[in-house]
Amino acid sequence: MGKYIARRLAYSVIVFLVTSLVVFGLSRAAGDPRHIFLTEYTSQEDWDAWGEEYGLDRPFIIQYGIWVGNAVRGDFGTSLRDHVNARLVIQERIPATLQLTVGSFIIAIVVGLPLGVMSAIKRGTIFDYVGRSWALLGQALPPYWLGVMMVLLFAVMLNWLPSGRKGDWTHYVLPAVTLGWGAASGMLRLTRSAMLEVLDSEYIKMARAKGVGNNWIIWKHALRNAIIAPLTFSGLLLGGLMTGTVITETVFSWPGLGRLAVQAVYNNDFPVLTGVVLLVTFIYLSVNLLTDVLYALVDPRIRLN
Amino acid sequence: MIPVSIILVLVFSAIFAQNLTSHDPERAGSLDDNEIAPMWQSTGSSKFILGTDHLGRDVLARIIYGTRISLLVGVVVLVLSGAMGTIIGIMSGYFGGNVDEALMRLVDITLAVPFILVALVVAVILGNSLNIVVVLLVMFFWTGFARQIRAETLQLKTTDYVAFARSSGASNVRIMYKHILPGVFSTFLVIATLTVGTVILTESILTFLGVGVPGPTPTWGAMISDGRNYLTTGWWMAFFPGIAILLTVLAFNFLGDWLRDELDPKLRQLTQ
Repeated sequence: MGKYIARRLAYSVIVFLVTSLVVFGLSRAAGDPRHIFLTEYTSQEDWDAWGEEYGLDRPFIIQYGIWVGNAVRGDFGTSLRDHVNARLVIQERIPATLQLTVGSFIIAIVVGLPLGVMSAIKRGTIFDYVGRSWALLGQALPPYWLGVMMVLLFAVMLNWLPSGRKGDWTHYVLPAVTLGWGAASGMLRLTRSAMLEVLDSEYIKMARAKGVGNNWIIWKHALRNAIIAPLTFSGLLLGGLMTGTVITETVFSWPGLGRLAVQAVYNNDFPVLTGVVLLVTFIYLSVNLLTDVLYALVDPRIRLN
Repeated sequence: MIPVSIILVLVFSAIFAQNLTSHDPERAGSLDDNEIAPMWQSTGSSKFILGTDHLGRDVLARIIYGTRISLLVGVVVLVLSGAMGTIIGIMSGYFGGNVDEALMRLVDITLAVPFILVALVVAVILGNSLNIVVVLLVMFFWTGFARQIRAETLQLKTTDYVAFARSSGASNVRIMYKHILPGVFSTFLVIATLTVGTVILTESILTFLGVGVPGPTPTWGAMISDGRNYLTTGWWMAFFPGIAILLTVLAFNFLGDWLRDELDPKLRQLTQ
């Protein structure tokens, strides 16, 4: 088990380094960062002094080391728009994104899991059709369009819910549903197929032959074994939702990390953008690592393999 | 049958866009033509079937021309990422050992990178253009091909005809090209069809976020992005392009599912 965790950890560290190297390489490809501060009063001495201060006169890989070292300590560089450390700009936006992510995660579980089970055990009924249609649409609906259409229906036409920005609980409904819809459909598909597979297994037939009651079979024997796949998926989901917020927050003017990243693109605010990318990558990888470990704890076949 | 007809309509629209509509999809119309409702509404005009946008451009014409970018991106990305994924998948499965380990870790790493965020970074540095969108999508979508085709290659490697080829002195390259490649073709076809929809959807997401294909080229993603600012006065601007994407993605997914069941039932579990 220790060896398994160590391997997954090493792998996560590698992915983080690769992502950060790509981001850093791109940022250097954009040109010397000193140009940002360059004015007509800049002397050659200033230029060289900056070079020394930021380590720009050193080899690329050393510069990268300095940059990652600073980033890990929470220093992402100065925001070009707000003129404070990008960390402060980013920090402010974290709660909004977390609230939205948790909200849609709950929707994904509460809708996807039961509907997946129902559509598997009641095949050919209304549950099955609703479940399968939801799953199909979840794959094919552009998430941003879903958001825009819900604003059109519930905010513009019916005037039931606010169209965006953060506020009381009503402000959470549309963004959370938009973000949670696709996730719920993924959860549903996975639960359904895992459940169908388990229900078809020998030990379920055995239990049936022994005369165990149908409800007991479904909820006690089948679901407990079918739950492993959705469980792992929920970890991946949490990470995926973090990146999905880029779209949802743009549609709903939600003051979170995703919108900050898109705004940073328009402002060419590189320190903020790289800060968000590193932070989200870090969270994403941490959640994945945690899921892998949990998965191995639940299912011994994984860690022995 | 319905999915195939939808796809045929799309291909037809892309090729014969000029003949299907007389409206210019890019140039703004006269001020009187701004935000005209679809023709069946009381304020609509028979000149513009699905209405016009905030610049007086015909929505239907823009959707028709928009199929060009969607299909172009879909096809080019599939060909490039499919070729890349197939080569990597076959090599990984055929050679095994360290080659396999290295290539499959590369797949894992690619999948762990938050794609949309990296796309934003690239857009800031290199600007946005059709070529960059294609490269970004290829860098991401090859992994699906590589994984499935590796699995397929592992099976083909153990067949008698590959063993025969090897014992009669065929080189590795020859075996991979002559004996493995034709064997993985049906897998390739199924994955390609199942992936087109997602590629088109992802392109539209990038364009919606402002880091995809730049305007005034008519794209479905950009139409929705523009249209959402006019929801109170003109719902049709954002509504119809979304329907176009939805139908396109559904059509390709259905076709892919059908192909999978016809050509390769054992893929069923792998791709679900």
